[in-house]
Amino acid sequence: MAQTSEALRELTEISTQIEAAVVLDREGAVVASTLDDDRAGRLAGPTLQLLRAAEETGPDSESLVQLEAALRDGVVFLVADADRVIAATTGPEPTAGLVFYDLKSCLRALGAEEKPKPAAKPRARRAPAKKAPAPRTRKKQDDAGA
Amino acid sequence: MRGRSFVTGVVVAAGSAAGAIALGRRAARRRERVELYFGDGSLMTLSAGSPEAERLLAQARELLAAARG
Repeated sequence: MAQTSEALRELTEISTQIEAAVVLDREGAVVASTLDDDRAGRLAGPTLQLLRAAEETGPDSESLVQLEAALRDGVVFLVADADRVIAATTGPEPTAGLVFYDLKSCLRALGAEEKPKPAAKPRARRAPAKKAPAPRTRKKQDDAGA
Repeated sequence: MRGRSFVTGVVVAAGSAAGAIALGRRAARRRERVELYFGDGSLMTLSAGSPEAERLLAQARELLAAARG
């Protein structure tokens, strides 16, 4: 089941322009989605096809990192990194820069969610502060003599 | 009197021109297009009408329809 991860939940809370979003791995498996499983699964095929067609269109050596397809009744955004691709849809004329920023942040957050946090190193204990030696006091000659 | 009507004419003409430019820009924004951004920072814009754009736009339409159910 495609989980709605914390990163996607934050994405839809922050970016009110985004209607739906789905995250896939590079093989097309749904990693997370804001939609139910059926619709997320139906989105996976066209997302992967669009990504591959766009990559074929561009220069050979360069990988596609972002795509914006503006249609009459909405806009489709894709953002890809080495492991995953996120697709999102909005209504017409969104603020593209903001949407791209939010999608990139979401992908980064998903990457951070997957990486296990390194175990916290025990803090090196400080050596206790040396006590200042008590000031030597000379015994008075008188006392010593007594 | 003649001077005032001349000024009115100029203002109306300027307003019409500004309106036409604004509408043109809005129409251009609404035109279907695909923008591709690559790893080296290059950008490719494909406007509706070219075969490459039409192929990508068809897939984007399919994706949008699937998302909206």
